[in-house]
Amino acid sequence: MYVAVKGGEKAINNAHRLLADRRRGDRSVPAVSLEQIVEQLALGVDRIMSEASLYDRELAALAMKQARGDMIEAIFLLRAYRTTLPRFGYSEPIDTSEMRIERRISATYKDLPGGQLLGPTFDYTHRLLDPDLMTDGEVDEGIAAEAETGRTPRVSEILANEGLIESDGELPDDHRTGDLTREPMEFPMERDIRLQALARGDEGFLLALGYSTQRGYARTHPFTGEIRIGEVEVLLEVPELGFAVSLGEIQVTECQMVTQFKGSAKSPPQFTRGYGLVFGQSERKAMAMSLVDRALRAEELGEDIVAPAQDEEFVISHSDNVQATGFVEHLKLPHYVDFQAELDLVRRMRAEYEENQKKQEGNGGDTLEAAE
Amino acid sequence: MTIQQTDMATYNFAYLDEQTKRMIRRAILKAIAIPGYQVPFASREMPMPYGWGTGGVQVTASILGPDDVLKVIDQGADDTTNAVSIRAFFQRVANVAVTTHTKDATVIQTRHRIPEETLGKGQVLVYQVPIPEPLRYLEPRETETRKMHALEEYGLMHVKLYEDIARNGHIATTYAYPVKVEGRYVMDPSPTPKFDNPKMHMSEALQLFGAGREKRIYALPPHTEVVSLDFEDHPFEVQKFDQPCALCGAEGVYLDEVILDDKGGRMFVCSDTDHCEKRREEGHRGPLAAEAPEMQS
Repeated sequence: MYVAVKGGEKAINNAHRLLADRRRGDRSVPAVSLEQIVEQLALGVDRIMSEASLYDRELAALAMKQARGDMIEAIFLLRAYRTTLPRFGYSEPIDTSEMRIERRISATYKDLPGGQLLGPTFDYTHRLLDPDLMTDGEVDEGIAAEAETGRTPRVSEILANEGLIESDGELPDDHRTGDLTREPMEFPMERDIRLQALARGDEGFLLALGYSTQRGYARTHPFTGEIRIGEVEVLLEVPELGFAVSLGEIQVTECQMVTQFKGSAKSPPQFTRGYGLVFGQSERKAMAMSLVDRALRAEELGEDIVAPAQDEEFVISHSDNVQATGFVEHLKLPHYVDFQAELDLVRRMRAEYEENQKKQEGNGGDTLEAAE
Repeated sequence: MTIQQTDMATYNFAYLDEQTKRMIRRAILKAIAIPGYQVPFASREMPMPYGWGTGGVQVTASILGPDDVLKVIDQGADDTTNAVSIRAFFQRVANVAVTTHTKDATVIQTRHRIPEETLGKGQVLVYQVPIPEPLRYLEPRETETRKMHALEEYGLMHVKLYEDIARNGHIATTYAYPVKVEGRYVMDPSPTPKFDNPKMHMSEALQLFGAGREKRIYALPPHTEVVSLDFEDHPFEVQKFDQPCALCGAEGVYLDEVILDDKGGRMFVCSDTDHCEKRREEGHRGPLAAEAPEMQS
């Protein structure tokens, strides 16, 4: 007996209620607070801020809580909120050489002005589960090395003194930095838009692409010139005042990947650069981003385009995880009208096929019945 | 924390801010001026996922006024979950009147179907579009397909259709069947079954297509020529069903196949639920109408 599918609204409401129930889980376990998420799941919060392009730890924590820890869902929540915010201006470019550094390492020099600072890193931890963390035990205060005050030059500047590395590059005076979230994307794109897309691109996708370049799919001979993590000041030029005012500080991770370059018809032999910059502390993302950024400069530097990581349209069209998850997951929406059309065609073609078989073999009736 | 309380009053009418609506309306106007041409627009993140109709929702939000009457269908039905959800969204953010009756609606947002009832002057049909580029599965690069459109280079599409015939004896495209608009642009009609293609031709209604994830809007103004691609010896044909709707007895409409049991029992009913209900109210009965639940109007 056919029962029309009615009551979609009630089903949706009940589903939402059940979701809220499951999100909260066992009521005898205390609810996790936003402060706890911000303080104790900080790297997850940083990833959400980065890929949502919104620097607000508390809102990112709220998104993570609401999403039950599903990172892409949390990124989506924060992005959807970001879209509704008015733009009151564009900040001055941040100056990472003025960063209050918490971690800074270079793989290309043993020592360098400003020094190497390990900072809070997993790098040399032994990955042994720590039973002490099963309870809320005392944890010693951290000891931070005295960071040198003042400007810490970037490795790229040190190499630039010798003229062996490409410069930061100059933009024409009338160049207006694009805004990926306010203008339609068009290919081929300028590097500013491309870097914006990479900065909000999916960490896993960029990681895999960066990895592919290391394994020979567009190898770039990379060295980690420098990774630095710390607080930088964000300045906004206020036209009425005529000078820039500070909006506060944000934590960022910057990676400068230095890559060997033999030269081409377009450029002399020198070191070239790949650049990564993300909110919060996320070396993996910043490093992957810088590898992919460098690979995507193939056209600009006159290199052969032979691998996926060099293909701008392929990389940028598929790097956004909110878009990707939407289109992949939309397959669960009803498609029965189109499926009906396909059913009809396949049945018709199948009937013709059976007919032909019958003609050829003289007796195909049994197989037809079996197929039905 | 700077987030406002989740009071919908803090959002603008129909959710989008007026600047965004203006940007989208400009894209719509351009699309109307160049029928079938895909206009890039700065698609916004909407509070529903990409793939759920964010393009259609943005178009609807940009054209909706307080006096409009909105109908939302998915698979031809007003009561599929996503249609219910989108309708509820606009009731909430625009407090707009809604209907399930095709005739009473001024704006109809749809996914995968065109209503059976002929649309009239003053009505707007908004399609949700997943992949706006009809050439996408033949050439994945946007840089290439834009060139092909600019040069009116549609040979690849004809070769594809020809190869279908050579291999299968049929054009093996049953939905999202490509059309040519006013003799110029080849256009994707969105994944509607090809059954619906003829309804686009010379329609009195304005037809708008929104692709959110792909950031494209295109349009068919009223009275636009829309021709499904075909060959002289293999003319375009729509699907035909062997039986009428089991509930309302309608013929020449698109039907859903409903599985009744695990022994091969099935029935065919109208995909357009409003059309079916209206016919039954008028007293039409199909062979299995007695078994259907009582109508609730």
